[in-house]
Amino acid sequence: MNNMKMNRRNFIKKTTAATIAGIVPMSLIKIAGAQDNQDFTFAYISDSHIQHIRGNEFVRNWDRGLINAVAEANLMNPQPDFVVFGGDLAQMGTKAELDHGMEFLSQLKAPLRGVMGEHDFYLDMGEYWSDVFKSEHYYSFDHKGVHFIVLNSILTYDEWNNKWESDERRMAEMAGLDNPNGSPFMIGDRQMTWLAEDLGRQSKSTPIIVLSHSPLQHIYKGWNFWTEEAPQIQALLAPFEKVNVIYGHVHQIQYNQIGNIAFNSVMATAWPWPYPDTYAKSGSHVPVMTVPMNRADPFSERDATGWQLVNVHTGRIDLEYTLYDNTNRTVGWNGATGRPEDKRFQNERDRIPPQNHY
Amino acid sequence: MKRTLTLLAVALCSTALFAQPPLGLPELKIPENNPQTPEKIALGEKLFKDTRFSSTGTISCASCHAPDKAFTDETGPLLVSLGINGLTGTRNAPTVVNAAYNRTQFWDGRSPDLEDQAQHPFLNPVEMGLANHDPIIEVVRNDRDYSRAFEQVFGVSGDEITMEHVKMAIASFERTAIAGNSPFDRWYFAGEDDAISEEAKRGFDVFLKQGRCVSCHAMEQDHALFTDHKFHNIGIGISNITDRVPDLAGAFLEAKAEGADVDVTVLTDADTSHLGRFAVSEEFGDIGQFKTPTLRNVAVTPPYMHDGSLATLRDVVVHYNNGGVTNPDDPVTPYLSGGIRPLNLTEQQIDDLVAFMESLTSPEFATAGALP
Repeated sequence: MNNMKMNRRNFIKKTTAATIAGIVPMSLIKIAGAQDNQDFTFAYISDSHIQHIRGNEFVRNWDRGLINAVAEANLMNPQPDFVVFGGDLAQMGTKAELDHGMEFLSQLKAPLRGVMGEHDFYLDMGEYWSDVFKSEHYYSFDHKGVHFIVLNSILTYDEWNNKWESDERRMAEMAGLDNPNGSPFMIGDRQMTWLAEDLGRQSKSTPIIVLSHSPLQHIYKGWNFWTEEAPQIQALLAPFEKVNVIYGHVHQIQYNQIGNIAFNSVMATAWPWPYPDTYAKSGSHVPVMTVPMNRADPFSERDATGWQLVNVHTGRIDLEYTLYDNTNRTVGWNGATGRPEDKRFQNERDRIPPQNHY
Repeated sequence: MKRTLTLLAVALCSTALFAQPPLGLPELKIPENNPQTPEKIALGEKLFKDTRFSSTGTISCASCHAPDKAFTDETGPLLVSLGINGLTGTRNAPTVVNAAYNRTQFWDGRSPDLEDQAQHPFLNPVEMGLANHDPIIEVVRNDRDYSRAFEQVFGVSGDEITMEHVKMAIASFERTAIAGNSPFDRWYFAGEDDAISEEAKRGFDVFLKQGRCVSCHAMEQDHALFTDHKFHNIGIGISNITDRVPDLAGAFLEAKAEGADVDVTVLTDADTSHLGRFAVSEEFGDIGQFKTPTLRNVAVTPPYMHDGSLATLRDVVVHYNNGGVTNPDDPVTPYLSGGIRPLNLTEQQIDDLVAFMESLTSPEFATAGALP
C-alpha cells in the first residue's frame, strides 16, 4: 500500500478545513507544549452482542455490525495504534458466541485489547473470554506516554453469583434490564486495591485513560448504567491532571466532566438503547452536557450503531463516531471550556431535529 | 403591476402543464427559478437531441436516454452506454422518466438537481467528450433557430446566452418525462380490480412483506415513487473489489484531494466506480452504496444495477434472495447495508415479484423494452 491518507482526518485537513473548521478534530491543532509522543489514535469497537441461535446460525444483524466495523477500522491509514473491543462481544457468554465474534475481530490489522462485558462474563465468570482475548480481566499498560487502565467493572456480589441453580440462569438474569433479580455492577475490593496501587505508581501529570464496560458514574441503576463504587473510583482519579474514562454498555453517546475526569461513551455495533431519562418511571442522571445521539430511522437497520476512532492529544481525547446511515459526530476535548463537547452540535441552536426529538 | 401579471401568467402556465399528476405520482414541484413554459420545453427537447454537443458530432443526450426506449438505451449485449467513438463508461444509463422527482441525480447522487446534472455528460471523456462547454455556447449563440428560441424563452441573445440557460431548458424538458398510470396504479390507487394479474397481486404482497423490497423502494398512501432517495450497498460491484477497497478508496481520495474530477473518475475507472456514494461523501459508511432507483417502468429498462451487471428482473430478485450476492457461494461484502439478507423466497414468489414489477410499466412505454 502506498502512503495515501485513508484517514478521514488527514483528508479533511488537506481539502476542506476552511469550510468545516467547526468539526476539525482538535488533534490537528498543535497545542503549545504538546508532547508529540502523547499524540496517537486507537479505534474503539464495542457491544456487538454476537448471538447464537442454533447449530451454525447466529443473529445476522449483529454479525454484520461487527464485520462492518472491523472492515472500516482496517481502512484507516495510518492504522490506529491498537483497537479496543469494549465488552459484550457475546450475548449469552457461550464459547460458540465468543469464538464466532473472535473470527471477525481476528481480521483486524491492528493489535486488539479487550474490556470485559457482563454478557461475556456471567456464564463462566469470564474464563473463556480470557482464553480468546489472551487477556487478564483487568490490567494496565503504558502507550506513548499515556497510562491506560482497563477495569473489569461488571462484577457483583459473590452472594448473588452463587445463588443460581445454573450458570445459564445466572447469565440470563444479569442480561435482563429492570430485573428485580439483577444486581449492581462493581469492581470489588480486590480490584479497588489494585487500582489504588497502580495509580500510586503514576506521576500526577501522566495522562490517564481508563477503559471500563459500565460507566464509572451513577446514571441509571435499573439498566446498570452504573458502577457501585463510582464515587470512590472518581476520588482515586481526582488528583491526576488529565483523566479520561471511556465506557461501552450504554449503546448511546454520553459524555460528562467531573473535576479533571472527562467521560465518554461509545456506540454499540449491535443496537441502540434509548436514553434512560425517556423512561419516566424512574429518576436517572444522564449527563446534562450530552447532546443525544441522533434519533434512528427504523428503516435503516444499521442506524444508531457505529464505531469510534479515538484521537489522543496532549493527554486528552476526541472521539470520532462513524454512525451508519446518519450524521457522523465528533465529541472531543474543548480546552477553553475544560470539558468534552460535540464539535458541531454542542450549542442548542446548532442541533438538528433528530437530537432533540425522541 | 406588469411584473405581477407576468408571474401570475407563468404560475398559471405551470399549473396548466401539470394540473393533475398522472395516477400514482405526487405533484411535481417545479423550481421557482425555472418555471415550465411550452417554449422552454421545446427548446430543451431540441438541445436534448442535438448531436452537435459532442466532440464527434454523433452523440446527444438522447443517444443514451432515448425517448422511444423509455429514456434509456438499447437493451442489447452492452451493460453500459456507448459514448463517442464507441467508448463505454462504467454505469448503466438510468432512465430520465420520473427523474424529476429524484432528490439527487446520478447513481451516486453527485448532482443535486436536473439543471446541475445536465452539464456533466457533455464533458465526460467517455460520453460526449467536449473539453469544455464553449462549443455548446458557440452553437446556440450562432444558430438562427436557437437564437430565436433563447430570445423567446429567456429574453437573452448573443453573449447573454450562457450554459445556465442551456441547463434550465434541458431540465424543463426532462420534467415533462413523468409517467405513472401503470396497470398497478389503476389497481392499487384507482381500485380497478382486473387491471393486474393474480400473480402480480401476490407479487405485491411479497414486495411488502417477505421480500422486504418496500423498505427502500418506498410507497406513500396516495402515490408511489418506489424509492427512499437514499443510498445502499446491496453487494453489486463492490464484491468484485472488496479486497482492494483500501487501495482503491485511498487512491481515489488522494486523487480527488489533488483536484481529479469525480464525474470523470467514476465513469472511466470501473473499479473506482464501484465505490459508489463514497466518491461523493468520502464517508466509510457510503462505500459501495448507490441510489435506490424507482421501479416504475423497470421492466422496459434492462439491464439492471449501476453497472448493468444483471440482465433480467429475475436475476435481480435472485441476487436479493441470496442476501446480496449474485451467486449463492460468493462471499458477502463486509460493507453490505443492514437490510440486505437472505429472503428464503420460493420460485413461485420470485416469479410473482417479477410479475408485480412488470405491472409498473406506464402505457406510453409499454412497447419500449421489447427485445428485438
